Order: sequence, then C-alpha cells, then structure tokens
Amino acid sequence: MFETSLLSNARRKLLIAAASAALVLPAAVQSQDALKVGFVYVGPVGDHGWTYRHDIGRQAIEEKFGDAVETTFVESVPEGADAERVIRKLASSGHDLIFTTSFGYMNPTVKVAKQFPDVKFEHATGYKRGDNVSTYSGRFYEGRAVIGTMAGMMTKTNTIGYIASFPIPEVVRGINAFSLAMRKVNPDAEIKVIWVNTWYDPGKEADAAKTLIDQGADIITQHTDSPAALQVAEERGVMGFGQASDMSAFAPKAQLTAIVDDWDPYYIERVQAVLDGTWESTDTWAGIDSGMVAFPGYGSDVPDDVKAAAEVVREGIIDGSFHPFAGPIKNQAGEMIIAEGEVLDDGVLLGMDYYVEGVQGALPK
Amino acid sequence: MSDPSTSVLIALTVITAATPLVFAAIGELITERSGVLNLGVEGMMLVGAVSSFLCVHVYGSAPLALLVGMAGGMVMALLFGFLTLSLQASQVATGLALTIFGTGLSALVGQSLIGVAYGGLPKLHIPVLSELPTVGPLLFQHDVLVYASWLLIPAVSIFLKRSRAGLVLRAVGDSHDSAHALGYRVIRVRYFATLFGGACSGLAGAYLSMAYAPMWVENMTAGRGWIALALVVFAVWQPGWVLFGAYLFGGITILQLHGQGIGINVPSQLMSMLPYVTTIIVLVLISLNQGRVRRNAPAAIGQAFHPTT
Amino acid sequence: MIHLQRRANPSKLMGYLAPFIALLLTLAAGFFLFLMLGVPVGEAFRAYFIDPISDSYGLAELGVKAAPLIMIAVALSLGFRAGVWNIGAEGQFILGGICGGAVALYFYEVEAAYVLPLMCLAGIAGGMLWAAIPALLRTTVNANEILTSLMLTYVAALLLSFLVHGPLRDPDGFNFPESRLFHDAALLPSVVQGTRLHIGALVAIFITVMAWVLLSRTLLGFALRVNGTAPRAAKHAGFGQAGLVWFSLLFTGAVAGLAGLFEVAGPIGQLNSTISPGYGFTAIIVAFLGRLHPVGVFFAGLVMALSYLGGESAQITLNMPLAVTGVFQGMLLFFLLAADVLINYRIVLGRERVA
Repeated sequence: MFETSLLSNARRKLLIAAASAALVLPAAVQSQDALKVGFVYVGPVGDHGWTYRHDIGRQAIEEKFGDAVETTFVESVPEGADAERVIRKLASSGHDLIFTTSFGYMNPTVKVAKQFPDVKFEHATGYKRGDNVSTYSGRFYEGRAVIGTMAGMMTKTNTIGYIASFPIPEVVRGINAFSLAMRKVNPDAEIKVIWVNTWYDPGKEADAAKTLIDQGADIITQHTDSPAALQVAEERGVMGFGQASDMSAFAPKAQLTAIVDDWDPYYIERVQAVLDGTWESTDTWAGIDSGMVAFPGYGSDVPDDVKAAAEVVREGIIDGSFHPFAGPIKNQAGEMIIAEGEVLDDGVLLGMDYYVEGVQGALPK
Repeated sequence: MSDPSTSVLIALTVITAATPLVFAAIGELITERSGVLNLGVEGMMLVGAVSSFLCVHVYGSAPLALLVGMAGGMVMALLFGFLTLSLQASQVATGLALTIFGTGLSALVGQSLIGVAYGGLPKLHIPVLSELPTVGPLLFQHDVLVYASWLLIPAVSIFLKRSRAGLVLRAVGDSHDSAHALGYRVIRVRYFATLFGGACSGLAGAYLSMAYAPMWVENMTAGRGWIALALVVFAVWQPGWVLFGAYLFGGITILQLHGQGIGINVPSQLMSMLPYVTTIIVLVLISLNQGRVRRNAPAAIGQAFHPTT
Repeated sequence: MIHLQRRANPSKLMGYLAPFIALLLTLAAGFFLFLMLGVPVGEAFRAYFIDPISDSYGLAELGVKAAPLIMIAVALSLGFRAGVWNIGAEGQFILGGICGGAVALYFYEVEAAYVLPLMCLAGIAGGMLWAAIPALLRTTVNANEILTSLMLTYVAALLLSFLVHGPLRDPDGFNFPESRLFHDAALLPSVVQGTRLHIGALVAIFITVMAWVLLSRTLLGFALRVNGTAPRAAKHAGFGQAGLVWFSLLFTGAVAGLAGLFEVAGPIGQLNSTISPGYGFTAIIVAFLGRLHPVGVFFAGLVMALSYLGGESAQITLNMPLAVTGVFQGMLLFFLLAADVLINYRIVLGRERVA
C-alpha cells in the first residue's frame, strides 16, 4: 500500500512535468519521493496569531515525518484573485496535499480542486467539500465556554470586555458561548463588545482594551490576534485570556488561561493518511476532546474553586455532559431560541448571526 | 494619589493613539517644507519599530533602543534621499517603493522577535506636578516619548518661524531656484530635512513597538504612516495643527470605540468610518481660509532639483 | 569623486537602455542578497523571472495581475502630469467593484445579455462617484485631494466590509462575509480558453493606446501635459484648472471603477471584503515607473505584475519568505527609478567643474 502510493505519486509528477514541459523544479532542494505538502496563509507567519499557529502545525509535520515530507508555504495571500493562482501553482508544482487556511480561500480551493482531482485539498473553516476537498476547523467556542465560566466567577464589576474582529459567525459564536457559560455561573454579568474591524493591529487592540477597562470591565477577552490587549490588562491590573497561543510571556499575571489553536495533531494525522493511502474527504469540526482546542494551564492568580469549575466544564464538554449551546437560550430580545433539554445543532452554529441574552450592542444585518 | 477619573483615562488612551501620528507627521512636515515629498513614512516607521525592539531585546537599554529606532528611520531616509536628491528619481514612486522595501526588511529582521515580550517604556513621573489631581495623571505621568512629542511641536514651530535655518528650509521648499541663486545649498538642506523626517518616523515606529503595544509583529504600523501623511496636508504644513489633527484623529477613533462599548446601535464598520470622514470635513473647513493654505504650502514640493549653473 | 552632469538634451538611447541597466544592477544586488541569505542564486532568479511565465497559464496570469495595474496607472499618469494628486484610486476601484457587483447580485439568475454591460456601467459610475467627491472639494473649496482621496479609500474599504457582512452577503452562505457567486451571465468570459485572462487585458491595451493618442495628438492632452508646470499655457489652450481637475479625477475614477468591476466579475466571481490587494496604490508606482508615459506605464505594469508572481513562485519553489520578496521588489524598484537619471545626466568621474 505504502509502496504503490509512492509509485503513483512519482508517476503523477512525471505526467505533470510532461504536461508543462517548461516547468522547472529545482532538483537540488527536493528529493523526488518525498510527499509534498503545501500551505496557503492569509497573514504573515509573524502575526503571532492565526497564521503563526498554522505555521507551527506545518513545522510539526516536518519534525514528525522528516525526509518523508517536504512542506511549502505561501504567506499573506490576499483572499481575492491571487488566491486561486497560488493554490493552482501549488497543485501544479507537485504538491500532494494542500492546506488552505482561511475562509476566503473556499471558492478558489474548490475550483482548483476540480482541475486537479489527484491532489488532496484541506480547507480550514469553510463549508464546501468535494471528493478531494476536506474541511476542518476547531470548535473554539468550546474553549470560550470554559473561559466564560472563569470570567463569570472572577469578575467583580460584572462587566466583561470582548474585543472582536469581524462580525462573522465564528466570532459571534464565540461571544455567545462565552456569554452563556458566564451567565450560568453569574446571571448578573454582562459583555461589552467592541469590533475593531481588523484581525491584527496591536495598537488598535490595545486602544479597545483600554476603552473597555475604562468602561468598567475587569476581565478582557479577545478574538483578535495579537497579545496587545493582554499587555494592557497586565498593566492596568485586570485579567484576560490568551488567544490562539499561550501569551503568558506577555502577561504573566493577567493571563488566566488561553485558548490555543493546536493544529499539530490534525495536520500530522492527515499527512499520515495520505502516506498510508487512506485519505478521504471529511468534515472535521474538532473540539477540546481532539486536542485541537487546547489550554496551557491556569495562571497563578486563578483560585482553586474557579479552576475546579473550569475543569468541570472542560471535562463535561469532553464527555458530552456539558454542551455550550444547550437550552434554554434566549436572544437579546428575550425570545426563546431553544428550549431546555435541547441543543443547537451544528448547522445553526455554523451560521450564527445573532447575540444571545446578556450581550450588549447590535450586529450588522 | 486618587484614581484618575474616567475622562482622564479616556484622554490618556487618546494621547497614546495620537503620539505616533504626531512624530511621523511632524517629521514629514519638515521634509515637505523643504520641498521633498516622502511617501515612505510607513516603511520608515516599520524599520524604526523593529530596530528599536531588536535593540531593547538584545541590549536591554531603552534609551539606546530609541536612538537605534531613530537611526533605523534615518538609514531608510538616507536611501530615499540618495535616490531622489542625488539621483533625481521620482519622489512619489521612490517613497512608495521605500514602504514596500521597509515592510519586507522589517519582517526579515524581526523573524526572531515574534513572541518576545517587553515590559514597555517606563513612565516618568514628574516630581510634585504628577501628584496634582487630574492634571497630574493627564500631563505628568507619561513615558519620555510623549513628553518629547509635546516639546517637538513648539520646537519645530519656533525653528520654522524664528530661526535662520528654518527660513532657509522654507526658502528651499518654496523655490529651489531662487534659494540656489541666493547661495543656499539646496540639496544639502533637503538631505537634512529628509533625515529629520526619517528620525521622526523611526521614533514613531519605536513608540509603537516600545510603548503603545510593546512587541514586534509584522506590519504592526497598520497604516499609521499613511494617516500621518494625510495629517500634514490636514495641518496645512503648520506644526501646531499637526498636534490638533493627530489628537482629533486619535480622539475620534477612541470615541467611536467608546460608542461601541456603551452599545450605540450602529454597525461597527460605519462607526469606524468616523475618523476619516471627520478629517475630510475639518479639512474642508480649514480650506475655506485660502490665504493660510497659500502661505504655508511649500510650492516646490515633489520637484527635483539639480544645480545647473 | 563621482558627480552628475546634465546632458544638453535628454538621451533617447538611455531612455531605452536605462531599464535594462537597472535590471542588471538588480541582478547584481540580488546575487549578493541571495548569497547572504543562503539561497541558490540561479534558482532564485529563475523563480522570480522565468518560472511564473514559463507556460501559457502563467502568461495569462501575468495579464490578470497586470491588467488592473495598467488600466489604473495609465489613467493616473494623465492626472499626475496635470498636477492632480489622486492617491485614492484604490477606493475608486473598490466602489466600482461594489456597484458593479451589486448589479450582478440584483440580476441574479437573470440570463440576459444586458447584465454584463449594465454591470460595467455601474462599475464606471461607482468609481466616478467616488472620484467626484475629491474633485468637487478641490474645485469648490480647494481642499487638497491627496487627503480627501486617501481618506475616502478607507471609507470605501469599510463600506465594502459592511456590505458583505450585511446586506449583500450570500443568503445561503451561513452568514459568512461574501456574496453569492455571480451567475454565469454576470461573469466575464475568458479571452483564452482554460485561463482566467479576461477582457480587462484588452481594455488595458485599449486605454494605453487611447491615452497615448490623447496626450500626443489632442489639445486636452497638451493642456494636461503643460498644466503641471505652466497652468497658464493650459488655460490658453482652453482648459482651466477646474476642468482639468474634474477630467483627471473622473477619468481615473471611471477606469479604476471599471477595473474593480472586472476584478469581481472576472477572477473573483463574487464580492468579498478583500477584492483588491492594493492595486490602486501599486498603480501609483507603476505610473511613475513608466515615466507617466502610457507605453512606459504599460511595460512597467507588466514588470510590477511579474515581480508579484515571482514572489509567489519563490515562496513555492524555494521556501523563501515573503519578506525577502519585499526587499527584492524594493531593490528592483529603486534601481528602475534611479536608472532614469541617465536619461538627463551623465555620470562623470572627477571633481565637478564650475562652469
């Protein structure tokens, strides 16, 4: 099995090389039988956020498989006309498996995948699949339920500041999961949301954090990339949570815990599947139990009862006894969305575009 | 010392947001008043930001890091000056190319700095004065760069209006041919003005990576260099108005964040338009006084000069 | 010492030779850059300059990338000659995309031949509308267009973001921030089968020729050429300051808007929040790189587009980070811009003699 898949790889490479005779592959750098894995990034690897974590995942592949794989990445690829060309170029230059790591790459990925049926594609955070296109994402909202619980117990002002990037379902879902968990332990607590309309601009994130603290928030959480908000929290003596990676280096006291995007296990598993010849198109939406949504441990200031409550939620999510979107859930207007005993299904979660009760502000319609 | 009131806290946030704009814009103002248009502010800021952060990470000395940040901006400005003043390349295009170059260079230099933490520039509390209620925290508890930005404005203003060198600078910017005929060294003056602009942009960048959000991430200026360029036009090339423009822009930015925080029911994208729209409206009001615009706009801006006789 | 000596007349020969000298200098400087970074030099150059256009698909992609750059830059260069500093073509591009795209979405599933022309008109109108604001403010209250056009670019980007997060988003798209995929009748046909090359490439050529004729053969062209240096001569030719400001801005707005529409109806095929990777700003460099001459701008657009494709290919074939591309691209631009000094000056060794 292993042997044949490598053979077919080599043969396909020959075919592609013959088809575009002028295609040049620098022979010195690449060994012919290594599996080639390509990554398309939306930001620079130095963003210390979303793209940075995907690149850590890429490095994990290299570490795990050594000479058996070769990885390539293209960074800061705009989600416009350029995406299709970059993805196609990766496919036509002998890459066997291509990860496209931002929502905006969905349509270009699907389009290129149709032209390259032998290449396997993995698109992050989208909803369109094909015979050779998988989708994957993390249930980061599960992590938000854990930190929401902690925030609800630890806030003294009953005001939580939430710095958000863009009003997309992923972010709205996080805000709602956080709010629901928070109000389970503290019905009086409320969330203030500020949209900064950027994924990373450390200055603006810091401004938003200060604004929220000035409005009475004593816990800050964020759905933007940089550690700037946590730095402000540290300086102003309030608390916060790390986003995407462990940010305790930037806020040793203020970081209560962090929600870490850990793509390593998934990336390794998918590469292994291609090597084994068992790769199939799948839809992965993995949560805490898979390790894709991870925690680096608690900060030194977290009291034991908060730790215990957070652990109950975390373990409950893993064993299925706790669902972040279990009814009863009301929307901002106080209307019942789902009754007690039921949970919102994945389809509803995927397209979530309303706030639940307890969140202040409005979403664009 | 009592806790500062909310309005003071809001003002402090505005000061932080405006300070990099003040530095970058005042530097560009001097550059432009000598007749040179350098659109590479963003690139110079990024190089300033990364070089000062690298320096403080390696040597641990904040004063040295600020100097290195300035030097980083100046090296970029020197490159720009060499191309446009010595080799007469197009200023507009070279400035834009400088931004592309600076973005790449800073990312390259900063590769090892991702995830590195720094505590931020220390705050210098001015003795006695910083203890005053309201005024103390508002004016006398800042880091050195904020004070520097405040002192820079009157200094540049006096330099332009009262000093001989400032007179020469303005003469060169208004008509290089007449200035040359009067015996002034046009190219040399423009080099100095360009380097000053680079030093200020470098400091603006250093403020971002050392004080505003003490860290290095790629592209962390996030367009502030462009805002600074717009502010010079907005200020009609007058130092005092640079300060006003930067605080107005910063102020509206922070106020719209507060508006969101208290739950104003307007989509955030529309709220975020406010600083830009306000800037346009105020510019229109300022432009109504055409005499002022004509008096201050450097007439020879963007034009190449080569002494022919 | 080395110094510059002004030539009696600009050198025609150097006009043609300068870009090639710049290229040689870039190769030399690139040699050391790549050597320093430990990248195989030969392969790096191949990745930048040859790989991207080594097959028909690559050539077509060069056209896809260069078309909007050339269209906008040619239009901008007319205004720059006249001393009109429109640096907001990016915003005009975005508005063109928004308006044209909105038409496509309004006529969703309408299979009619009029949809595409209507979209083009809407794109042009959108770009013109956005450019009319700085034009109006400049001609009535003399508000500086550098500031107004730049600020309006940010407003345009936020407006687009608002629309695709709200009113224009795909009703079946799980509320993700993008519109429906345009229907076939609203998509630009491919000019070369199997590639993404669209009519924008032909329009870019057309606009280049048109601008060249306009500049060299018409009175308006004369007025544009002389307005930057001698506004009185322009006035004498029958074109006042206000008229030239309006023409420059509206023409650029129209072309940038059309380019924006081509981008969304061509290679993207829908509206999303990032329809432009900064074409409007890059086009400013392209305009000056081409010495504000339509034909020069055309070739400058191709070079610029190639440098972007080259950056992608260097990342793919050599794992070279994008940062290196920025540095290399910056160097290329510096040399290209600086080499033009040879047209008007000769480099002389020895001390400058005072004449």
